[in-house]
Amino acid sequence: MSTGQLVGRPADQPAGPRRRRRLSRLTRRDKIVLALMLGIPALIEVCLIWGPAIATVFYSFTDAHSVAPVHWVGGQNYTFMRKIDPQFWPAVRHNLIWLLVFTVIATPLGMALAVLLDRGIRGSRIYQSIFFLPVMLSLALIGIIWQVVYSPQFGLINGVLGKTSPNDAIDWLGNPHLNLWAVLVEATWRQAGYVMVLYLAGLKAVDPTLGEAAALDGASEWQTFWRVTFPTLRPINTVVIVVTVIESLRAFDLVYVTNGGTDGLELISAMITTYITGPANRIGYGSALGVVLLVISLVPITFFLIQQFRKEKR
Amino acid sequence: MTSNTSAARTGGISRRSMLKGTAGALALTGGLPALLAACGGSSSGGGGSSGGGGDGGSVDGKTSIGSNYSDAAVKSAFADVVKGYSRAKNVTVNATDHNSFQNNIQNYLQGTPNDVFCWFSGNRAQFFAAQGLLEPIDDVWAKIGANFTDAVKNASKGQDGKYYLVPWVNYPWVMFYKKSVFSQHGYQVPATWDDLMTLCAKMKSDGFANPIAIGQKDGWPAMGTFDIINMRMNGYQFHVDLMAHKQSWTDAKVKNVFKQWAELTQYYTPGGTGRTWQEAVQIFDANKTSPMIFQGTDQVGPQVAKANLADLDFFPFPQIDSAYPTDSGIDAPIDGFLMSKKVKNRAAAAAFLEYLGSAQAEQTFLKPNPSDIGTATDYDTSTYTALQKKSVEIIKSTKNLAQFLDRDTRPDFAYPIVQNALNQFLNNPKSYSSVCSSLESQAKGIFT
Repeated sequence: MSTGQLVGRPADQPAGPRRRRRLSRLTRRDKIVLALMLGIPALIEVCLIWGPAIATVFYSFTDAHSVAPVHWVGGQNYTFMRKIDPQFWPAVRHNLIWLLVFTVIATPLGMALAVLLDRGIRGSRIYQSIFFLPVMLSLALIGIIWQVVYSPQFGLINGVLGKTSPNDAIDWLGNPHLNLWAVLVEATWRQAGYVMVLYLAGLKAVDPTLGEAAALDGASEWQTFWRVTFPTLRPINTVVIVVTVIESLRAFDLVYVTNGGTDGLELISAMITTYITGPANRIGYGSALGVVLLVISLVPITFFLIQQFRKEKR
Repeated sequence: MTSNTSAARTGGISRRSMLKGTAGALALTGGLPALLAACGGSSSGGGGSSGGGGDGGSVDGKTSIGSNYSDAAVKSAFADVVKGYSRAKNVTVNATDHNSFQNNIQNYLQGTPNDVFCWFSGNRAQFFAAQGLLEPIDDVWAKIGANFTDAVKNASKGQDGKYYLVPWVNYPWVMFYKKSVFSQHGYQVPATWDDLMTLCAKMKSDGFANPIAIGQKDGWPAMGTFDIINMRMNGYQFHVDLMAHKQSWTDAKVKNVFKQWAELTQYYTPGGTGRTWQEAVQIFDANKTSPMIFQGTDQVGPQVAKANLADLDFFPFPQIDSAYPTDSGIDAPIDGFLMSKKVKNRAAAAAFLEYLGSAQAEQTFLKPNPSDIGTATDYDTSTYTALQKKSVEIIKSTKNLAQFLDRDTRPDFAYPIVQNALNQFLNNPKSYSSVCSSLESQAKGIFT
């Protein structure tokens, strides 16, 4: 469309007024198409994302149940959360532990696997498939698979340890001091594979001559990786950081499948589900928890967007 | 809507009007919680004209039943019940999965509920009656009242004293054991708490590592034990008052219940909070480590291996305080039917409820069921199994029938608050004092 207009414009005429006329040359149909193409996504965005988000903030200041009339209760839900609810602070702590374990264990593990597999060791494709397999399973299914592994009386681990009688069996998923770590093993099992694939893709794109050049200059393997390869993986690193944060904030499926998010497995996301869809139906309180999760999520999202915009400006 | 709803409206912003406002402002949606809450809500906006209980109508009109009898055996048993009704062709049954029915009940009632639907006794029904979502059925009770005991009658009323529930089947919460194990080791059924403690200690020394099996993963089984110890120590009325938060959870009486219970927990199978009650029954049924389990007959019967059924027996939880003997109270939750406020043809629905309130209907329904018992007093007990007969005896001779913690208190207090508190207690019985204070401060936030 624009090329056609350019052709029609004499070279010596000033661009300003012409541009205005050019805009007006949009036919009615163009305008309708434009309005629809912008309007529909905007409407969907407003209705399905902004609308619910704003409504959730609103409900968080009420005592909404799904039957009773709704009363404005001010910050009461937040006070209840902060001072009374025995689950809330453990849930926050567990979300943070989740993030920490993903950052400190799952991500480096995934990276290490990727580097090893990238060196083209024998059977690397088979290893790749094995490590990537958990990523293809749904988290709920992973939770169920590991329940079989962890089962106190019939499980693989206790079977190997020879602790299957009800008296000395280790209750991996029931014991509130153990179960978070047991579930984190499940989560890491999957997350490491995920990170591995991301890094593998990145490593394939790294020019091998860079490494050779470094080697010629006498750099050790360790130095080559950290000083040469790793910096070129920068875009992948950003993606991995985002994935790690998102995965630990939306952690839900595993604990929900394991015990509904109670007894040592409290997570904010599981609490929201329990309060809003469970028999309690405390929609006001569930919304307040949702707002807390929203605010926490905004921190990494803002950080990520600032990074992105900065890059675009450059 | 009827006067009930408008009365509720004066208490604050009506949910529906607020929804409309939110929906208007946001053009399409009232947000996630509103969506969840109001799936059917807005569609019933025109209830003003059709509400009010649909006075009159003809008994030959149509009636729809909302049923949570989704398992094949139960479903066909209920179909037989409908077949036995003289106007069976006017009755349609919509069966929904048991758990989803339970979780969606609030949306269901606000939307377009069936005329008559399956539900539970106690606060779980009273809660909806108080919201004006149920139709009182005193007229039905005038005809079926003679079929039921006073304890059942009480459990069928709302807080306004009107009848809402047509009781159907129930079952007692009792301590199960195996006759063969008891006779082999010369154990006696314990009559008092001390007897029970002696028995547990004896079992332990006889090689039963954990005399009592427990599975609390689903969050409610341990509520039964709390209820019974509370009723044995403080009586039925205290249970009722505590559930309504007219008594404090930090009261010494409540703390004593936990203290007493803590003595019992040393005999539990460890790791109870991570085990389902089905797994617990299987441990009990294996006769190896845990010769006893405290659970409803409704649950244990179907989980025990068929070959072991004849060996199965139970006794009521032993006496603790002689002021509250074993016949003074027990958990015996009743399932039954309610009529929704939005009933389309009240006369037809009432006639069907009247039929459901008969021993004949209950009997047809329970034919394939070896555990639950009918609530009607003129039920022909000759078809019962030995355990069902025993259940009848216990329920008949007990003066007060509690409806179980999660039905006697507000649903938003029972789950997840009491559930989590009991789990914390079971994981660390010594922490009962902090469990009590946490429960009390949460109760204050809920019962306002």
